Amino acid sequence: MVSGAEIMVKCLQEEGVEIVFGYPGAVICPFFDKLYDTDIKAVLVRQEQNAAHAASGYARALSRVGVCVATSGPGALNMITGIATAYMDSIPMVAITGQVKSDQLGRDVFQEADITGACESFVKHSYLVKDTADLPRVFKEAFHIASTGRPGPVLIDVPVDVQQGEIKEFVYPEKVNIIGYKPSVSGHPMQIKRALDILSTSERPVIVAGGGVLTSGAKLVFREFVSKTSIPVISTMMGIGAMPSDDPLYVGMIGSHGVKAANKVIHDSDLIIVCGARVGDRAVASPDQVTKQTTVIHIDIDPAEIGKNMKTNIPIVGDIKNVLSQMGRDVQYAAPEEWLEQVRQWKTDLAVPPKSFEGFVEPKSFIAKLSGMLGPKSILVADVGQNQIWCANNYRLSDGRFFTSGGMGTMGYSVPAAIGAKFARPDRDVVAVCGDGSFQMMMNELATIAQNGLNVKIIVMRNTVLGMVHELQDVFYNSRYAVTELDEMPDFGKLAQAYGIDAAFASSNEEAESYAEKMLASDKSSLLVCNVHPNTPSR
Amino acid sequence: MKYTLSVLVENHPGVLSKVSGLFSRRGFNIDSLAVGITEDSNISRITIVADGDEYVIEQLEKQLNKVIPVIKVRTFAQDEFISRELSLIKVNCPAKQRLDIMKIAELMEAKIVDVSVNTMTLQFADTLERFETLMDLLKPYGIREIVRTGTVAIEKDSAASRK
Repeated sequence: MVSGAEIMVKCLQEEGVEIVFGYPGAVICPFFDKLYDTDIKAVLVRQEQNAAHAASGYARALSRVGVCVATSGPGALNMITGIATAYMDSIPMVAITGQVKSDQLGRDVFQEADITGACESFVKHSYLVKDTADLPRVFKEAFHIASTGRPGPVLIDVPVDVQQGEIKEFVYPEKVNIIGYKPSVSGHPMQIKRALDILSTSERPVIVAGGGVLTSGAKLVFREFVSKTSIPVISTMMGIGAMPSDDPLYVGMIGSHGVKAANKVIHDSDLIIVCGARVGDRAVASPDQVTKQTTVIHIDIDPAEIGKNMKTNIPIVGDIKNVLSQMGRDVQYAAPEEWLEQVRQWKTDLAVPPKSFEGFVEPKSFIAKLSGMLGPKSILVADVGQNQIWCANNYRLSDGRFFTSGGMGTMGYSVPAAIGAKFARPDRDVVAVCGDGSFQMMMNELATIAQNGLNVKIIVMRNTVLGMVHELQDVFYNSRYAVTELDEMPDFGKLAQAYGIDAAFASSNEEAESYAEKMLASDKSSLLVCNVHPNTPSR
Repeated sequence: MKYTLSVLVENHPGVLSKVSGLFSRRGFNIDSLAVGITEDSNISRITIVADGDEYVIEQLEKQLNKVIPVIKVRTFAQDEFISRELSLIKVNCPAKQRLDIMKIAELMEAKIVDVSVNTMTLQFADTLERFETLMDLLKPYGIREIVRTGTVAIEKDSAASRK
């Protein structure tokens, strides 16, 4: 006989899971107890939301499904923000929650929450397992759904009696058969031909690289296509890293917080090739304005994204990697030199020089400097707020990665996601950059870093205000700083030291750079607090 | 404009909430939703009548297709389907008006399913348009209660074979 909890663990082993991030509780104990006997590492985070963020960082760093686990009720509820964050950014994830006994469901017993109901709009799919015998099929399907098509989180809610129930033997299904789920991966040849025909007449084309380029592992194919056609590239926040930052054809990030030249390029283009992007409101504020004068080719694996935010002339549904390699094979086109010259001109003319304040670190030039100190495949995780924009626009990378909560904008993402990324890639530099606001949303995770002896570098941009909103208040609210001032700030360095983590304070770029060099040379975690002027602009 | 969508889904618990939740979540307006098992007991059909323009309906179709247990979504073009709705109508009916209402029922092909001292209950299965007509005829007597199933629709083979 084999118990439900044993089956759950065996399913994880069948899926090649090596690590889970979680937090225990009464009704998930059977599972954790069986996990205890295996080689699968269980990392105890300090709050369930961070289990999901850590699984997200892990999943992004390895392009594999990340797994997070929590108990019923409050544990599961805490995890929702992390799950929703993963959903918005299309992160492959399986979230497992314990649930009260199935015969008590719906009676509002202790720590009961309808988590499948609550998560409905934040998951790609969810299961409430009522029968131990269903577990193998459910796990097989969950991992399949999470990792194929447009990836996303799948929730499996398992009542404690289902974990304790027993069946005769464990058989893991070899295949999944879900009639309604067959994502199409190769683009329609006719649509590709139409796209190439339109491209051949374009005078001012531009490519928008979205997160889909990285999710589908299409970075190389993408770069080949760009170099073959010389089409200028702009990226969304999720698409940062699709192109090397210093490639002459790369213009920068678009959007309200992007690079001016990138926005200029998209507005003046006559053809936009959108690759794996949602064209969200922060990327293009008024898509209707743009589509008036341009033709749009939209490549995405999720048909629902095409035409949702931006009128599309030629939709191509398929995996970016497949579609771009098909297009790359057949394309005979090079962008006109006048257009490239114009784009280069804008890049220089519209650049905004950083504004520095005496006695403070200028974060943009510091992030740019820091990029040069990092190893070639480093991972930088930015939090949310001004720190995110400073990083997005100034982190120079080629083979490195940039992670952030792009869609949901969840403060407190950086350190837990960096923890996950470090477990995934222990050989790489992993740096979390956050603000003093976001740091205080997840600084409890210093304990997870300390407990696991992890080497994660943390940079806190300390400007004593909630910078992004503060800046918004300057523009739209007559500089009335309602509820955005972080007075009586704790000494973050001392806090880190309380966990045995080295720390330093910098109030100039020289100090910041010299400490960054020191911290990167060490194989231990450390924390750098950068004193940043509250009036430093986002871009 | 009104659109009729026919959605085949796996017959599992929780599927209906996944589908119906989508509407409020994405800000779609629906007029009616009816669900029932098909000729295959593993599959149910949900018939939805929704209000919106072409963009809304296209989005609706695409979002429905993303729901994992949704097998197939079809939006019917005008005239290529037959639709019916079943309704039970309880109308005021003192003895002296019984004949009048019986005549209306006969005329409209509604079935009388219950009679009491003061009320009469009609069963009516027809198109939305005919339902409106019946309402107009019954209103003067005072309608006490209406229960409607929502529209169900099926493709017209006769229209398809003429093409």
